[in-house]
Amino acid sequence: MRIIHFSISLFATIALIILLGTKLVLPAPLAELLSPQHGVWQNAEPATINYSAELSFPRLKGKADVYFDERLVPHVFADNDEDAFFIQGYLHAKFRLWQMEFETHAAAGRLSEILGDKMGTTDVLNKVDRYFRRLGMGYAAEKSLQMMEADTATKMMCDSYTAGVNAYIASLNYSQLPLEYKLLGYKPEAWTNLKTALFIKYMAFDLAGGENDFEFTAAKNILSKIDFEAIVPLRPDSLDPIIPAGTLFDKPGVAVTAPASADSLYFNFRKDNVVLPVEPIKPNKDNGSNNWAVNGKKTRSGYPILCNDPHLGLNLPSLWYEMQIHTPHYNAYGVSFPAAPGIIIGFNDSCAFGVTNAERDVRDYYTIQFKDASRSAYLYNGEWRPTDFRIEHIKIKDKPDFIDTVAYTVFGPVIFDTAYTGRSSAGKSYAVRWKAHDASNEMKMFYQLDRAKNYNDYLEAIKNLHTPGQNCVFAAKNGDIAMWCQGEFPAKWKRQGDFIMPGTDSSYMWQGMIPQAENPHMLNPERGFVSSANQLPTDTSYPYYFGGSFPNYRGWIINKRLSKMADITPQDMMDLQTDNYNVFAEMARPVLLQHMNEAVLNADEKKYWDIFKEWNLRSDTGETGPIVFALLWEGLEKEVWSDEIARIKGGFVPYQSSLLEGVLRDSAFKFVDNINTPQKETLSDDVQAAFKKIVPALKKAEAAGRGSWAAFKDTHITHLTKLPALSRLHLAIGGGTHIINATKEDHGPSWRMVVSLTPETQAYGVYPGGQNGNPGSKYYDSFIDSWTNGKYYPLWVMKQNETADKRVKFKMNFNQ
Amino acid sequence: MKFIASVLLTILMSFVICLYMDWWSIAIAAFVVAICIHQTPLKSFLTGFIALLLLWGGLSWWIDIKNEHVLSHRLSLVLPFGGSSFLMVFVTAIIGGLVGGCAALAASYAREKK
Repeated sequence: MRIIHFSISLFATIALIILLGTKLVLPAPLAELLSPQHGVWQNAEPATINYSAELSFPRLKGKADVYFDERLVPHVFADNDEDAFFIQGYLHAKFRLWQMEFETHAAAGRLSEILGDKMGTTDVLNKVDRYFRRLGMGYAAEKSLQMMEADTATKMMCDSYTAGVNAYIASLNYSQLPLEYKLLGYKPEAWTNLKTALFIKYMAFDLAGGENDFEFTAAKNILSKIDFEAIVPLRPDSLDPIIPAGTLFDKPGVAVTAPASADSLYFNFRKDNVVLPVEPIKPNKDNGSNNWAVNGKKTRSGYPILCNDPHLGLNLPSLWYEMQIHTPHYNAYGVSFPAAPGIIIGFNDSCAFGVTNAERDVRDYYTIQFKDASRSAYLYNGEWRPTDFRIEHIKIKDKPDFIDTVAYTVFGPVIFDTAYTGRSSAGKSYAVRWKAHDASNEMKMFYQLDRAKNYNDYLEAIKNLHTPGQNCVFAAKNGDIAMWCQGEFPAKWKRQGDFIMPGTDSSYMWQGMIPQAENPHMLNPERGFVSSANQLPTDTSYPYYFGGSFPNYRGWIINKRLSKMADITPQDMMDLQTDNYNVFAEMARPVLLQHMNEAVLNADEKKYWDIFKEWNLRSDTGETGPIVFALLWEGLEKEVWSDEIARIKGGFVPYQSSLLEGVLRDSAFKFVDNINTPQKETLSDDVQAAFKKIVPALKKAEAAGRGSWAAFKDTHITHLTKLPALSRLHLAIGGGTHIINATKEDHGPSWRMVVSLTPETQAYGVYPGGQNGNPGSKYYDSFIDSWTNGKYYPLWVMKQNETADKRVKFKMNFNQ
Repeated sequence: MKFIASVLLTILMSFVICLYMDWWSIAIAAFVVAICIHQTPLKSFLTGFIALLLLWGGLSWWIDIKNEHVLSHRLSLVLPFGGSSFLMVFVTAIIGGLVGGCAALAASYAREKK
């Protein structure tokens, strides 16, 4: 009897341990997660936590002190540069380890390893991992890594950083692992320089991965050349370029000519008729930014002010980590990328720097003709050329590995072929030529920018930036302001790479790169300011083709405001960055009002029409006008385009500016007619039809308590896992598309910075997140309310003799 | 007296062993204490249950207070506890209690006279 009782109770104990401690029965190991000494409770950081510590690492060359202020921004004072990068790696890991590894796993096509091949409805293996691998992210990172490690400065930078990350990882036991590792059930691996290179390529994907080659090719199959040019114009009418119109450019150093066969094989509108694969992941088309600098003649202080707000996907933990790094060689403050050393956007004792995305098309596709199904040879310049194969070994959680064999050609990897078609590609194979595949060393730019003293140093620094191309703004205490549309860009003939190109010979390849000195730029212009907001860099006088798509309205309004401003203070610049004026609506409303016949409206419709008519054109939080406008414009686009576009397969979307400029030029814009009806519709018909259709949605939104712009837009900042519980939802913030405050649903100003380059730098900044990536910390989302309300923090450039300042909350000492 | 001593000893041993070993080592602690201090099966079970209920409940409650419920609130939405920090603490305590109780029960039977 005793044995039976003993056996039963012992069995019950073991069964409980297996039930509660593993995922065999429950979806999560509940007891392991809830054990107060091991699990998630260990991530619940005391509100009164003290981060002060004495740390020692044999790798350090000297001593360093890190002072954390009340916002948990570290001010690093190191004896030498190596130690500073080591400490930066250590701090990034301490506060952001999980996101660093997650993002670089994503870039490497390794998410299946930690998430499994499917997560919810997402096909992680095919849509994410195989896509990134076939795009050649790993291949590109490996090439750039070689260059990073061949340079003494960046090798030191990355080696020290990696050592710092690994020093932190080595100090971890299970109970100290970041929360996400426990929830997802895996452990961090050692950091490597390759992971930093992968992160840079991830940014290249996000910022220089935008193109519409498949969509435009699909459109070309259906539309006539004239119609295509009308929907996808090369230059919008409302363009105010980065470099003012009328600027003269030298003769091009690189001459390019379209191949002789272009008319028949490339500009073959309405000819080809294949269904094309759609890329599984596209970078957010709104990835953009604002930056500008005004010179001392326009400011109250007499010194330049530089401003930057990069618009990116908004996530928690934030993409950015704020810090100050001080060594005997430099003193830089700003935001850094957890996963990479250096300050990326910020300032030092002499100057300030920031970026907006160049939006240029640096990714093109070529149709490849393989000899046979083995893909071992392809036709190139009249002969069969052997393919290089790269074997992609994809580990999958709880499943056998997946092996993907990717063919590499002279153009680049064959991203879509019979082994991976996305959609049906009718047996065709497409190689991708992406500028990010070329070796480059962007880390060198940040290394040099952080210690730049003047314009020449800045210019030398940015020459290292090849991909992703950026509009690099600069201002210095000596009064200089400058802008370079920098990157290494292919010199293309007009519309080269807008469509998929023939890839059976070399005639459609990129013929050269635009010499760096010929990149559009300006230094100390007469007008007293430089600015960029992702619009086209120049007017049509520039001798090279740009490619890509360029939003023009933010740039237009920024230039208009800046040219009128005088006696500028940092507060004026903050007001401008957070301005919710909708210039797109300003241009569009008169046409809409003109084409509405109010007599056709019923009482409900009239109510919303009056709101729209009387709207102050500001997309502020409490307004209803922006909802009416957003829905009406969307509805009008549907009325105008859907008949023509419905025939184009594959997600082709005309530019928003095409419709507005089309009807501004001529209200008899040909596309307003619905080609599927016998009668001829006019713009007035379309406006009225669109408006009547949106009123039910407006009433529904109002009834659901979403009758104000902020509630309707519903901005949120989600955790990288998309778990709502770890996210911040329903933020009451205005702004939106084409507005300087470009805050959309889950996208917008990821860091707002205003730097006044007075002798004692005065700087302000805020990002929508918090310094600590741990959802169990009060510093996890501590900046979000300020950001939402348009508030900035003064950025404290701490001096070495201010260690007793009351702003210092914690101190970490690093010793050998 | 024996009961209270067992409970206190189980709490102490569980806490110490968990500094070095995985969470399930609480079962070892509860088992060893119940072997050393023999009680009836019911009392042994209650000893292990109450000890771990107090230890896990107490620790998580204390952590939660100091954390101002930031994490427990968030995680109670990830785990199906509907936003209740209290439920997070309660479930933690019950899980610890059940494992501790069963282990102590097994120990009691192991030493039970025929």
